[in-house]
Amino acid sequence: MYDPVHALIHANPKFQQLVRRRQRLAWTLSAVMLLLYIAFILLVAFRPDWLGARIWPELPVTWGIPAGIGLIISAFVLTGIYVHRANGEFDRLTHELLEEVLR
Amino acid sequence: MIGLRVLFFLTVAVAASMAAASDSLAGEITKHNTNVTAAVMFLGFVVATLAITYWAAKRNTSVANHYAAGGRITGFQNGLAIAGDYMSAASFLGISALVFGSGYDGLIYSIGFLVGWPIILFLMAERLRNLGRYTFADVTSFRLKQMEIRSLSACGTLAVVTLYLIAQMVGAGKLIQLLFGLDYSTAVILVGMLMVLYVLFGGMLATTWVQIIKAVLLLSGASFMAFMVMKHVGFDIGRLFSEAIAVHPKGEAIMRPGGLVKDPVSAISLGLALMFGTAGLPHILMRFFTVSDAKAARKSVFYATGFIGYFYILTFIIGFGAILLVSTDPAFKDASGELLGGNNMAAVHLAAAVGGNLFLGFISAVAFATILAVVAGLTLSGASAVSHDLYASVFKQGNADERAELCVSKITTVVLGAVAILLGILFEKQNIAFMVGLAFSIAASCNFPVLFLSMYWRKLTTRGALVGGALGLISAVTLMILGPTVWVQILGHAEPIFPYEYPALFSMALAFAGIWLFSVTDRSAAGDTERARFLSQYIRSQTGHGASGAVDH
Repeated sequence: MYDPVHALIHANPKFQQLVRRRQRLAWTLSAVMLLLYIAFILLVAFRPDWLGARIWPELPVTWGIPAGIGLIISAFVLTGIYVHRANGEFDRLTHELLEEVLR
Repeated sequence: MIGLRVLFFLTVAVAASMAAASDSLAGEITKHNTNVTAAVMFLGFVVATLAITYWAAKRNTSVANHYAAGGRITGFQNGLAIAGDYMSAASFLGISALVFGSGYDGLIYSIGFLVGWPIILFLMAERLRNLGRYTFADVTSFRLKQMEIRSLSACGTLAVVTLYLIAQMVGAGKLIQLLFGLDYSTAVILVGMLMVLYVLFGGMLATTWVQIIKAVLLLSGASFMAFMVMKHVGFDIGRLFSEAIAVHPKGEAIMRPGGLVKDPVSAISLGLALMFGTAGLPHILMRFFTVSDAKAARKSVFYATGFIGYFYILTFIIGFGAILLVSTDPAFKDASGELLGGNNMAAVHLAAAVGGNLFLGFISAVAFATILAVVAGLTLSGASAVSHDLYASVFKQGNADERAELCVSKITTVVLGAVAILLGILFEKQNIAFMVGLAFSIAASCNFPVLFLSMYWRKLTTRGALVGGALGLISAVTLMILGPTVWVQILGHAEPIFPYEYPALFSMALAFAGIWLFSVTDRSAAGDTERARFLSQYIRSQTGHGASGAVDH
C-alpha cells in the first residue's frame, strides 16, 4: 500500500495548490447548489403562496415556473463550470505535478 | 457458440409470444388496435439489442470487460447511459402522471431527482474513478478491512438492487399487460429472461449500449411529444398553462405547490433521500468505472445532468399537454371518467393523441425497452457485488482465479434473474409504491455515508464504518416499516408509529453519528493503521496516480 512517491507528491507545492484550488471550487459549487435547493424546498414547505403567485396578473405563469426551471438550468450550468475548470486547469496542474515527481 | 443459439431461440420465442398477444387481442374488444405496431417496434428493439449482445459477447472475456466494459466507454456515451439508468419507465410515466394529476408538484419531484447530480460531480465522481475498479466497495474498502466492509457494501447493494428490481418488474408486468395485452407472468418472465441474456453474454458493454440506445429513443420520443404539444398551443407557454387551468378539475392550483409535501420535515427528508440516495445507488456508481479516467468521469456527469434536466423539462410539458389533449378526450377514459389504465398512462395516451397509432406503438415499445435496460444494469451491479465483493474478496480473500470469478458472476446473474421473476410474480397484487423510496433511503443511509466518509475523513475506521453503516441500513428499513406508507397503508394499522413518510433525515443522521462515534473511540492498533493509510488513498484520489488503467488484461 505504501508508495514512497506519495510522500514526494504530498510535499510538492503544486499538489497543495491543486488540492486547495479544486476543493475550494468543489465545496463552493456544492454549497451554491445545496443552498438553492434547500431554499426552494423551504419555500415549498413554508411559503407555497409565493411560488404560486402570478408574475404578470394577466398571464397564468407563476413564480414557481422560472424558479423550478431555473434550478434545473443552474444544476447544468454549475456542473459545466466545474468540468470546464477541472478538465482544463486542474488536469494540467495534475499532469505537471506527476511529471515533476515521477521524473 | 451456445450464446448465439440461445439468442436465436429467445428471439423466436419473443416473436411468437408477441404474435400470440396480438392474436388474442384481435378477438377481444380493446381500446387500441395498435398493439401490432408496438409489438413490431419492440421486436425491432429486441433484435437490435440481441445483436449488440452477440457483438459484445465476443469481447466479454475478462472480468475488466464484464464489470466495466474494459474502461473504454467515452464520457459522452457514459453520460447517455447514466441518464438512461435514471430515466426509468417509472420516472417517465410516473412524473408525467404526477404533472398530469397535480401540475406543479411534478416539477418539485423531478428537481429533487436532478440536484443530486452536481453534488456527485463536485464531491465524488473523480475520486471514485481514481480509487475504484469495478464496484463502489473497492473504494469503501480501500484502506479498511476488506472482509467486513465489502460484506457491508454488498448487503447495501443487494438490498437496493432487490427493492429496485421488484419495483421495476411489477411495473414492467403491469405496463406490458396494458400495452401489449400480454399475460402478467409471461411479461415478467420475458423481461427477466432478456435482462439475464444481456448481462450474461454481453456484460457491461452490452448493458451500456442497450441503455444508450434506449436513452436516445426515449429522448427523441419525448422531444417529439413536447414539440407537438407546444405546436398545438402555437408555441405560447402562457396559452399552454391557461388552457390547462381551464380544463383541469383543480384549476389554478396546478400552477403552485400542492399537497405532495405535507410538512417541512417530510420535505427535507425526501429531498435528502433523493439527493444523496442517487450518490449511493450501486448501478449508477458502477458506471464511473466504465470510463478511462477521471476526466471522462467528470464529462459523463456533465452530459448526464444535461440530458436528465432536459428530460424533466420535457416531462413537465408532456404532463401539461396530457391535461390539454388527453383529459378532454373521452376516447382515453373509461365509463367512470378515469383515465384508461390509470394516470400513469397519461404520457402513453398523449403519444396517441399527438402522433397517432404509429407513434403510440413507438412510445409503448420505448417504455418496454426502458424497463429492460434499467433491470439489466441493476442485475449486473447485484451480480458484481456477489462475485467481486463477496466471492473474490471475502470468500477467496483476494486470491480468486479470474475465470472462477467470472463464472460466479454469471451464475449469480441467472439466480438474480430467477429471483427477480419470482418476486415480480409474488408482488403482483402488492402495493409496491414505497419500494423505490426505500431503495433511495437505504442508498442514502448505508451506502452513501460510508462511501463519502471513506473518501473524506481520515479518522474513519472499520469499526465505525461497520456500526454506522449497519445502523443506517437497519434504521432506514425499520422507520419505513413503522411509517405511514407501510404501517398504515399496507399493514392496515390506524396510526403510524413513526410519523414521517421518508426516513432519510433520521436514518442518515444516525448513520453519520454512528460512524463518527465508533471511529473516534476506536483505539485498536488496526484502527491506527487504517488512519495512517489515508494519506496514500488521499494522494491517489486527488491525482489518479496508481489508479487502475483503461484496460486491465
